[in-house]
Amino acid sequence: MSKFLEISQLVKTFPTPKGPLTVVRDFDLGVKKGEFITLIGHSGCGKSTVLSMVAGLTEATTGGVILAGKEVVGAGPDRGVVFQAPCLLPWLTAFENVMMGVDQAYYTASKLERRQIAEYYLTIVGLGEAMHKRPGELSQGMRQRCGIARAFALSPKMLLLDEPFGMLDSLTKYELQDVLLDLWQRDQKTALMVTHDVDEALYLSDRVVMMTDGPEATVGDILEVNFERPRTRKQLLEDPEYYRLREYLLHFLNERSHHRPGKAGQPALAHA
Amino acid sequence: MAFLELKNVSKHFGGHSVLSNVNLSIAEGEFVAIVGYSGQGKTTLISLIAGLIKPDSGEVSLEGKIVQGPGPDRGLVFQNYSLLPWLTVYENIALAVNQVFPQWDATKRQAHVEKYIAMVKLSHAKDRLPKQLSGGMRQRVSVARTLAINPRILLLDEPLGALDALTRATLQDEIASIWQSERKTVVLITNSVDEALLLADRIIPLTIGPGATLGDSVPVTLTRPRDRTALNHDPEFKRLRALVTNQLLGFNAARKTSVTKKLIRPEILPEDLDAPRVNRPPRRPDEEKRESIQIA
Repeated sequence: MSKFLEISQLVKTFPTPKGPLTVVRDFDLGVKKGEFITLIGHSGCGKSTVLSMVAGLTEATTGGVILAGKEVVGAGPDRGVVFQAPCLLPWLTAFENVMMGVDQAYYTASKLERRQIAEYYLTIVGLGEAMHKRPGELSQGMRQRCGIARAFALSPKMLLLDEPFGMLDSLTKYELQDVLLDLWQRDQKTALMVTHDVDEALYLSDRVVMMTDGPEATVGDILEVNFERPRTRKQLLEDPEYYRLREYLLHFLNERSHHRPGKAGQPALAHA
Repeated sequence: MAFLELKNVSKHFGGHSVLSNVNLSIAEGEFVAIVGYSGQGKTTLISLIAGLIKPDSGEVSLEGKIVQGPGPDRGLVFQNYSLLPWLTVYENIALAVNQVFPQWDATKRQAHVEKYIAMVKLSHAKDRLPKQLSGGMRQRVSVARTLAINPRILLLDEPLGALDALTRATLQDEIASIWQSERKTVVLITNSVDEALLLADRIIPLTIGPGATLGDSVPVTLTRPRDRTALNHDPEFKRLRALVTNQLLGFNAARKTSVTKKLIRPEILPEDLDAPRVNRPPRRPDEEKRESIQIA
């Protein structure tokens, strides 16, 4: 079966005063429809650069990205992006922020249908009571809920999330992870998320893609996460397999991320 | 007798009950972590202990004396560092030291300030202003300033909340090693279960408001010094981590009230915005399915 998202031979070089700097080199990844993938790596390794190339916000130097059979050129509403900062327009309410995109993407629909879409997603993310408040009146977590609703409301083919919970405290983060999983499951979306939180990666994803440190960052290893869905945090915390995978990821980040994989062969997964 | 004791402490703000019937008893030299969700009264609790606000009922006592207001016997570290921006690292700390130890001569005070700057590894940066420091360095200054007044008890209000994961880990290790050498009584407020497990002798979860209170304490008997990587293999660490996390998740689940609301998600598809605008009703997923069947 062909891949829904295909990233091939992606290279990104930035010019610097000291000459060109290759941040990402030969990044290859195929994603199946409906998969949840997380990209994990150290700060500054180029995770966000990869995501931003898939979003079409940054142009690849060489290589390319194909989504659902079409090459990605520039940003578009078929890819919903959730950033670390929610990036809401401060003078609009949560509802108006979501409506902004909905009015564009569903311009053939009636006003009522458009309102219903915005209300539906805002309610599901837990802003049912607060959707007519402005970002200034909302907590950081509430704003990020709105950012998630805005992305899902456009019914994108693919969701791209750039450390969406990085600025939240760990308990608010748990709640929002559940909100995200719930929507992802309802709408059966394909998701690519950048994070540096090992627990978050294990809880959410089907596969965790580990990136080596930059410059010239690439895929170091891929870990399959086969816990049954829907997952509960309680069940995961009691599963010895969870700790085995967690250790595997931590080991990669602490030791192996500093080396690009050799050509001879990638280190095999330590499956028992 | 307990070193720090809270008896039936309650606090309201404008008719909202924030904390109710909080009882806490901490022994001298103990490191206690209070873990809870944002906005549930963690900072109110620490402000009560610090004497920045007064309880509506109940009492806070330190070494048997009832707390009436703030004082140098309780050192507070805030999440936002609270340094004076026009003073250097050295001057920020000296300001506190000069206030608390006016009876010392200048040389002694200077040596004292420098000792604490060295303890947080900032000797190279002592003449810099806060704006010339990273977040982690600023928080170190704040920790040094608090330790330098030699408080009887250290109150840390989410001190590492605003820092990135790597800096946070470094500072956690520093706090652990400073605590090992100074053996102060510490109350740490945090939202991170891992941080609490790494540092504390005892973890107390804060329930969810209105009227939050402290849950049952969980003793942490992991041997010190605790190593982050080694802990990951430790069955006791895993057990405690699951226990505390589940307790906190349980509070949150109990808060959720189910609301039945009629929601309609119109079955329509977004339009292709790269194509020229069309004038027809929106497409529906079932139509699209039919099309693809015909093609096949």
